[in-house]
Amino acid sequence: MRFLLQRTAFYLFTAWAAITLNFFIPRLVPGDPVQSLISRNQGRISADAIQSLRVLFGLDKNENVWQQYLDYWRQLCHGDLGLSFTFFPTPVSTVIGDSLLWTVCLVGITTVVSFLLGTALGVGAGWRRGSWVDGLLPATTFLSSIPYFWLGLVAIAVFTGPGSFFPSSGGYEPGLVPAFDQYFVPSAIKHSVLPAATILVSSMSGWILSMRNMMVTVSSEDYITVAHAKGLPERRVALSYAARNALLPNVSGFALSLGFIVGGTLLVEIVFSYPGLGYQLFQAVGYKDYPLMQGIFLIITISVLVANLLADVAYLLLDPRTRKS
Amino acid sequence: MAISPSSIEQVIPGQGAMAQPSAAPARAKRRRFRFLANAKAATGVAILAGYCLLAVIGPWVAPYDPDARSGDVLQAPSARHWFGTTHLGQDIFSQILVGTRSVMVVGLVAGLLATILSILIGVTAGYLGGAADEGLSALSNVFLVIPALPLIIIVTSIVEQASDTLVALIIGFTSWAWGARVLRAQTLSLRRRDYVEAARATGERTGRIILFEILPNLTAIIASGFVGTVIFAVMSEITLAFIGISSVSSWNWGTILFWAQGQQALAQGAWWWFVPAGLAIALLGTALALINFGIDEFVSPRLRSGGRTRIRTADGRTARMRVGFTPVLAPARTVPSPRGKEVTK
Amino acid sequence: MTDPVLEIRGLRVDYGLGDAAVHAVRDVDLTLHRGEVLGLAGESGSGKSTLAYGLTRLLPPPGVVSGGQVIYHRDDGPPVDVLALSPAQLRAFRWAETSIVFQGAMNSLNPVHRISTQLLDVIKAHEPRSTAAARRQRARELLRLVGISADRLDGYPHQLSGGMRQRVMIAMALALEPQVVIMDEPTTALDVVMQRQILGQLAELRERLGFAVLFITHDLSLLVEFSDRIAIMYGGRIVEEAPAAQLYRQALHPYTDGLLHSFPALRGPRRELTGIPGSPPDLRAMPDGCAFHPRCPKAFDRCDKELPPLGPPGDGDPGRSVACWLHPAAVPLTR
Repeated sequence: MRFLLQRTAFYLFTAWAAITLNFFIPRLVPGDPVQSLISRNQGRISADAIQSLRVLFGLDKNENVWQQYLDYWRQLCHGDLGLSFTFFPTPVSTVIGDSLLWTVCLVGITTVVSFLLGTALGVGAGWRRGSWVDGLLPATTFLSSIPYFWLGLVAIAVFTGPGSFFPSSGGYEPGLVPAFDQYFVPSAIKHSVLPAATILVSSMSGWILSMRNMMVTVSSEDYITVAHAKGLPERRVALSYAARNALLPNVSGFALSLGFIVGGTLLVEIVFSYPGLGYQLFQAVGYKDYPLMQGIFLIITISVLVANLLADVAYLLLDPRTRKS
Repeated sequence: MAISPSSIEQVIPGQGAMAQPSAAPARAKRRRFRFLANAKAATGVAILAGYCLLAVIGPWVAPYDPDARSGDVLQAPSARHWFGTTHLGQDIFSQILVGTRSVMVVGLVAGLLATILSILIGVTAGYLGGAADEGLSALSNVFLVIPALPLIIIVTSIVEQASDTLVALIIGFTSWAWGARVLRAQTLSLRRRDYVEAARATGERTGRIILFEILPNLTAIIASGFVGTVIFAVMSEITLAFIGISSVSSWNWGTILFWAQGQQALAQGAWWWFVPAGLAIALLGTALALINFGIDEFVSPRLRSGGRTRIRTADGRTARMRVGFTPVLAPARTVPSPRGKEVTK
Repeated sequence: MTDPVLEIRGLRVDYGLGDAAVHAVRDVDLTLHRGEVLGLAGESGSGKSTLAYGLTRLLPPPGVVSGGQVIYHRDDGPPVDVLALSPAQLRAFRWAETSIVFQGAMNSLNPVHRISTQLLDVIKAHEPRSTAAARRQRARELLRLVGISADRLDGYPHQLSGGMRQRVMIAMALALEPQVVIMDEPTTALDVVMQRQILGQLAELRERLGFAVLFITHDLSLLVEFSDRIAIMYGGRIVEEAPAAQLYRQALHPYTDGLLHSFPALRGPRRELTGIPGSPPDLRAMPDGCAFHPRCPKAFDRCDKELPPLGPPGDGDPGRSVACWLHPAAVPLTR
């Protein structure tokens, strides 16, 4: 329990750091991009919205930084992330709310599947050295060196086109209304196949390799020799003794690299115009929509922190040594 | 605050780049060249050297000005234009050649900056311990879990038309955390070694101990951290260019992809517009990854794949070298006789 | 003397293949009799652990058994050559007939599984038809046998002390009532008090259950007390073998003599501690003749030319054997 409390405390601390970073970044930059946006949209924005943007981007020069910081937090606590310029005048929180589920489904599920699948293959490669999986390693290295978004481009070029089963963009058939019904769900799944496959192909090899190396390392531990000496069936030695222990560092590695992975996979959304956070971020960048960018950064960070906490819970369940009462 | 239960220290000591390089500082010099005997590392270094050469001479050997428009619009690869042309008739081969410099410079500068930061922070934290360690570890953990790429995108997008140098600096300042974490863990274990304890007992200055006793033993980890950061930096720079955040007036491979995407190269069937840049990235990434495999295997030889795993025994069977079942090369042919009596061979 | 239970004949174990091979165990002949404790001593690098791992075929790559036989005499049924068993046969043979207690008490237990899981899986693997309740009952008895309360069964290895873990390993080694238990430095990682306790308990268990022990250690003083016979290894070969008391009273091989003078006697008159000058031989570049001659205080011209065969000394007791030109064998045993 202490372990979890410690981790939670750390994640809260990180969330605070990320929010504070988000507060300072626009204030450190010379020039006021937001100011110009506000003046451009003069008359179309309500006084409340202008005030909210001023707090977010520190345009009130006559307030001291500390006061600005407090105002900023007060506003965040009300869930007010300002107005999006891209989808003017929709609040940023609404835009994010619409796209968060898409990203969680696509990136979340594929990341977990990629980890599980890669780990399983890594177990095989590490246990049976010199088998066909070892021969696969150079190919997977090459695949993992390709930027996700480029692989997505190739996938679109190869698999989509007139008459193809796979759609080249979007998250669902235009004209459908998002709902959990028999029309929408199959369409959404169909649209997610190619992006998901792209993420899987390029992110899996890292897990194969790290699990393989971990299996090789664990295979020379004393308890593996004991397991062999006990005459246990090979499957049991490989899975219950070797893989079970090799999994532990891989899970903590997974938790640590979530931030990297999510950053990369968001780009796949851009290529496929998938209506998730990554695509919104891309659009926000194009429109210089700073409130939306900052809001997305915050949400991504918090999602990653939550995912980290879940990975820690998994670790806790897997390693009895952390379960000291 | 105490952070780190599920951290590198538990990521099995002796594994990969975290492993303790067994070479004593004096022997390291002789072994440095043996590193290149590793086929993976040698391939990686050769490819990387090729890219470095292109980065230097690229702009001179490029057959065309990458910005120059011509009448050959959207041409497929030909003898005149090896990688074809863009919608404005620009030569893509020249764009790739010219763009190599920017990619390599950003990768190396960001890698160097991140490596220096990770050494400063990681080694200091590991060596000093106590409150300094807690603070620095918390800092690097925060940077580790915050998604780096979105952060880089936001910071860069706030600056109008970021230059290569600025992009390199931003990437460098946001990607040092992983290296710092690994270095801290390793320094912590080195600090408890006898020879370091001895140096401290004889009153050597801290700086000297770190420089001459600790750092030489961290070489492999530092190197693999550097290579890893270069990979990340190159990918980030290309990504920034691709989504159109960094300056589009200077060429790098991401810029090419940016224009290709913007002009719907795919829909027009102009595969040559985005394939060469992608392959160039992938090849560079592969080269760097190979170097890192080489370092890993150099540090912990157990990880080497291949070698002879199948052997032929005297009676013509093949046996596999594997843990738990030692192969028997020449088993006795005779069935053992009943107990006590001599068994013939 | 009782019947042999394990006969090692001409066993050769290499690290690596072909010309690069390092011969770590060379033509070793050794016989373990039913119910006896055979001690195997030597400096580190003498090949004693390699011998144990080689004969059980547990040596990790690049280790290979390059020749010889390991004949195991079953209680009932014909003898088998362990080196000729198929993997499936070997799996069935392991632990049921020959179990091992390893050096690393700390790392011999899988850290992520309960003690019960690790005790039960071996019983289940070899006796698939036993009921879960019966297996659990057996596990409780086994722990009681080594003096650990049965409620530790559901604990994890990290919750036990070093001594307790090693006792769990001993209990596990006895789970299938094997005829042979190989012990590779079983008490090295423990403090002296714990060492005594565990050895005492082991002696008692052997009385009760009657298994034979191959006890490997670098600590000859321990063997003198604890074993029936002692074999000394040097440079991958057995150089002397004798009943423990005889060996202690009168060592024939100068190396044995050196080992005996490397530790203080527990009883009897004080002796001078001399140790052995020089360092163990490099297995990649073994000296010609007797491997010990560069360090031997009594070496003469024959020693660096011819390899002395192992056999009963012509001038002594036929119940022991030695490989030394000072006591040339009457009837050489080695081929």
